[in-house]
Amino acid sequence: MEITFEHVTHSYEANSPTASLGLDDVSLTIKDKLFTAIVGQTGSGKSTLVRHINALLKPTSGKVIVGKRVITSETNNKNLKPLRKQVGMVFQFPESQLFEDTVEKDIMFGPMNFGATEEEARKAAHTMIKLVGLDESLLSKSPFDLSGGQMRRVAIAGVLASDPETVILDEPTAGLDPVGRLEIMNLFKDLQEKGKTIILITHNMDDVADYADEMAVIHSGKLIAQGPPKEVFNNQELLQDDVLTLPHSASFAKELQQKGFHFDKLPITINELGTEIKQQLNGD
Amino acid sequence: MDKIILGRYLPGDSIIYRLDPRGKFLLTFYFVGIVFLANNVASYAFLLAFVLFAVYLSKINFGFFIKGLRPIFWLILFTVALQLFFTPSNHPLWHWGILTFSKEGMVIAGYIFIRFVLIIFISTLLTLTTTPIEISDSIESILKPLKKINFPVTQVALMLSIALRFVPLLVDETTKIMDAQRARGVDFGEGVLIKRIKSFVPILIPLFVSSFSIAYDLAIAMESRGYKDGEGRSKYRVLSWDKRDNLMVLFMAVVTIILLFLRSY
Repeated sequence: MEITFEHVTHSYEANSPTASLGLDDVSLTIKDKLFTAIVGQTGSGKSTLVRHINALLKPTSGKVIVGKRVITSETNNKNLKPLRKQVGMVFQFPESQLFEDTVEKDIMFGPMNFGATEEEARKAAHTMIKLVGLDESLLSKSPFDLSGGQMRRVAIAGVLASDPETVILDEPTAGLDPVGRLEIMNLFKDLQEKGKTIILITHNMDDVADYADEMAVIHSGKLIAQGPPKEVFNNQELLQDDVLTLPHSASFAKELQQKGFHFDKLPITINELGTEIKQQLNGD
Repeated sequence: MDKIILGRYLPGDSIIYRLDPRGKFLLTFYFVGIVFLANNVASYAFLLAFVLFAVYLSKINFGFFIKGLRPIFWLILFTVALQLFFTPSNHPLWHWGILTFSKEGMVIAGYIFIRFVLIIFISTLLTLTTTPIEISDSIESILKPLKKINFPVTQVALMLSIALRFVPLLVDETTKIMDAQRARGVDFGEGVLIKRIKSFVPILIPLFVSSFSIAYDLAIAMESRGYKDGEGRSKYRVLSWDKRDNLMVLFMAVVTIILLFLRSY
């Protein structure tokens, strides 16, 4: 399911004295079945952008096309359920959305809202809890008895349980330990390889370099760059303006460059960097 | 949530902003009291002129004040309509069953309308030009005499300022939780009453849970920074009462005298 933004502008509190621009004429295509990362400074409009995809926000002008659906300022709030079933959204700190008395019921909540039978929803809960790396015995516990990291996984399972085609992740690993981060990121990469479209909002450039196929850079509500990470991170202009920072491997490669190494394109992952260094050392 | 103007602070700078919040707070209440003294066209016109002058002094866009009226528009309309059709009269212009329409009714309805506008405008002016923290400081300062009868003034003031500080935070949290549950397929405001009420459970529970955890974290953070109880603390924000504020009180007194004169005129 391809997602296209056509000249989307979003103004908060439009037509009021306190109106402020969230998005400014953004045109962007998010390709089907790929892993797209959206980066930008805090307050640049990343979260505003993704909230348009499941019509939590509607454009003030322009349109958003999600599969066959077109969302404009006139789209009304009825009949949005099919769209929200297709587009799952994991919010920042999603553990604050848990409310049922058992983990199982909480994971079943989404699928049941989208019309699954109790049996199907229960089955989904059992599959999902394992998928996010938790034990099935947790299903009968109260979500409020879990640790922060476990709550995060249950919340993610609750979103994935509705089997969305597109999954939007708003900083899903914020505040997790390094091992948890790696597990969760690998889970999303697996999902993408199984045919889902993943959209990730993040500040972590290493994640972008390691996992994303495409990236988009938002700055003050405007889209300023889009393309594969390898190309975007080689864009000198962006780096000079300080709107983008490099992943660790690339900034290390830059330092090596000053000491006589030569890279046609900056390696952005640790594997690429390793291969390059090996080749150059052996070649000389 | 965005539509409510009353109770919101708008950063700015003008003479009204620089007045002492205690004075502003008390005089706003005082003004709401004297609005009811007005009883004829001249006195209402005078009060309206006074309020518009205060609004002008604040240098705030007039649109904000009009917006402040919007949430209670129907209440105003309802009250005005009641006055318009139920004021008893000896010379009704129009009469049908229990409904009467008369000149007296029209005049009284007009007064009620202006009274609403005056009260909303002046209280919007107070909240737009005074930060919530200034308001809670002034309440503390005004309640101080109650300490003599063992009323816990500092504790109440502390609770008030914490509550005010967390209102926007909890509003954000509510919006966020609502969005998260919408994304999981909850429809708010659809279906029959019972279904609508039930759809709020997935908001209320997480909101209560996060309030508890915020309260817990805040209490720990306060204790570790040496907070024991309200007694024996010094103050960082000190309110100062100066010439401008005396002038404001004097001005209000003049307004009252003119009003009393117009009233019996």
